[in-house]
Amino acid sequence: MSQELAVQPRIPISAEREQIELPASSRVPAKILLSVPVAIILALIVHWFSAKNEPENETRLYNLFLGEMFGASLLIAYLQRFSAGLREWMKETCPIIGVAILFLAILEIITAGLRWMPLLPMPYFPSPAGVLQSMINDRELLFDSTWHSLALLLGGYTLGVTIGLITGICIGWFPLARYWGMPVLKVVGPIPATAWIPLAMIVSPSAMFSAIGLIALAVWFPVTMLTASGISNTRASYLDVARTLGASRSYLIFRVAIPAAMPNIFLGLFMGLGASFLTLIVAETIGVKSGLGWYVTWAQGWAEYGKVYAALVIMAAFFSSIMSVLFKVRDHVLVWQKGVIKW
Amino acid sequence: MVALNSAQSAAEGSTLRVDGVSKAFRGADGVSTRTFALDNVSLSVAAGELISIVGPSGCGKSTLLRLIAGLDSPNSGELRVGSEVITAPNAERGLVFQDPNLFPWLTVRRNIEIGLVARGLLREKRHEVDEFMRLVGLEAFANAFPHHLSGGMAQRVALARALINHPKLLLLDEPLGALDAFTRMRMQDEVLRLWRARQTTMVLVTHDIDEAIYMSDRIVIMSPRPGRIERVIVVELDRPRHRNSPEFLNLRGEILELLHFAGAATA
Ligand SMILES: Nc1ncnc2c1ncn2[C@@H]1O[C@H](COP(=O)(O)OP(=O)(O)OP(=O)(O)O)[C@@H](O)[C@H]1O
Ligand SMILES: [Mg+2]
Repeated sequence: MSQELAVQPRIPISAEREQIELPASSRVPAKILLSVPVAIILALIVHWFSAKNEPENETRLYNLFLGEMFGASLLIAYLQRFSAGLREWMKETCPIIGVAILFLAILEIITAGLRWMPLLPMPYFPSPAGVLQSMINDRELLFDSTWHSLALLLGGYTLGVTIGLITGICIGWFPLARYWGMPVLKVVGPIPATAWIPLAMIVSPSAMFSAIGLIALAVWFPVTMLTASGISNTRASYLDVARTLGASRSYLIFRVAIPAAMPNIFLGLFMGLGASFLTLIVAETIGVKSGLGWYVTWAQGWAEYGKVYAALVIMAAFFSSIMSVLFKVRDHVLVWQKGVIKW
Repeated sequence: MVALNSAQSAAEGSTLRVDGVSKAFRGADGVSTRTFALDNVSLSVAAGELISIVGPSGCGKSTLLRLIAGLDSPNSGELRVGSEVITAPNAERGLVFQDPNLFPWLTVRRNIEIGLVARGLLREKRHEVDEFMRLVGLEAFANAFPHHLSGGMAQRVALARALINHPKLLLLDEPLGALDAFTRMRMQDEVLRLWRARQTTMVLVTHDIDEAIYMSDRIVIMSPRPGRIERVIVVELDRPRHRNSPEFLNLRGEILELLHFAGAATA
């Protein structure tokens, strides 16, 4: 009797588990599987109709691009049979990719298809095919610009984060540093870094240096602010626990206060990254003679709007990749938060 | 003769003395109101003794333990271990807090290791970590993060974390409060075993009168507002004690009466 009672609940539990596991191992719904190829076909049809009056090389390139995408989507649709990870990824991203391609098609209708309407004056709004063409034509300079932007960004960001962490920890931990540091932080910090450009141009030996300095300044403020508040809000009971276990002061700072402040510190790092993008582009537009920010102004000067949009597309990819690297680092450092807060 | 003397002085050396200690906290509205958490409390705990502190909520038990640990300082009076005045925390005086206060960014194993890492002893004493994880029955959770633990499990980790330092004086603030009756009794026996094996001095705060009688040499009964020591009862039962013996139950009734619980129950 008691055995029966012990066995009985097992049946629903195991059934439930199967139900929970089922979606993870099951097939990708046809709707999702076909969303990308169908979107590409639609985009191709739109392209054939709307691109009759466009330059032929642009059309060829865009066809090639969509064709390659089509091939890749079919290949992935085939490969997903063998990998559960790929299936999960497809379910997650296929709808988004499909909609993005449809968005391209709509852009094409607006820019190339409706050219006869005075809605969008010609040089300012090239079609997606034209942007793609500009991107390929100018790939060397674009690559070079991206490379310069990356160097500048990493230099400034690293510098700003390093100094910001040091000042933040000092202000958060030492009362004396807090007393003198906080007013400076409150007065100087909120000034947008770009407002210092006139001063930076006078003081610094090269535009490169002043750009790095400005980016560092832009990063420094949020990192310092959030690190300091994270450190000073460390739960007193954590410090008490460590002290009764024989912790020295350096243990309290480096192994209690800093880990406890990590969620806050990452907030500062993300805010600093956003500020650094802005400052990078402004600094490149004004002083530095290289980088994506400079490229955009330069292309605009020649009225080559295809290149302007090409640079914007690359900028978007560039910044979001850097952002996702920081997300990856955060996920790694703050694994312990998983399940505690929603990311 | 000489040997006996030195042994005696060694025991003497680690007697805990709380001498006329008062501690007041500022009220929530500023300077005007003050809560007297402790008022002229005096107590002496011999080396190797296990005493319990019982009393209603808010009578200053946790405050007293914090003072003994050296985390706070008294407004007046003095606390000493042997001849040494307590001014700061020390790994010799372990404290198991009322809340487990595990570090959420460390796994169970790393939480237990804190004391060893802090004192730079991890390398030579790493084997003890496994020992203590087994003691509190959490080997399977070595790599889990604290928020995956139940309240009782977290309390057990906190206990292991304090024990790993082998403190001479161990202060326990309701360390077994969140455990089920069975685990609780098992942990009581484990604590008693460690107490006997290491001759640790222990001060145990508890709300469980049975636990106090079962474990301790003496029971300190406190009363609130201001926090004072009401009575000290010597438990003269032989060990191991039996929770159902008539002497045990008699003592239990006596303490309940002192705590006015008996009166409250009939009213
Ligand atoms: N940091 C503090 N600031 C202000 N008042 C405090 C502080 N700590 C304790 N008190 C007050 O001191 C009194 C005693 O508190 P304490 O925590 O020592 O009680 P306790 O006996 O441990 O109670 P419990 O059994 O509920 O844990 C309470 O009235 C409390 O309000
Ligand atoms: Mg308490």
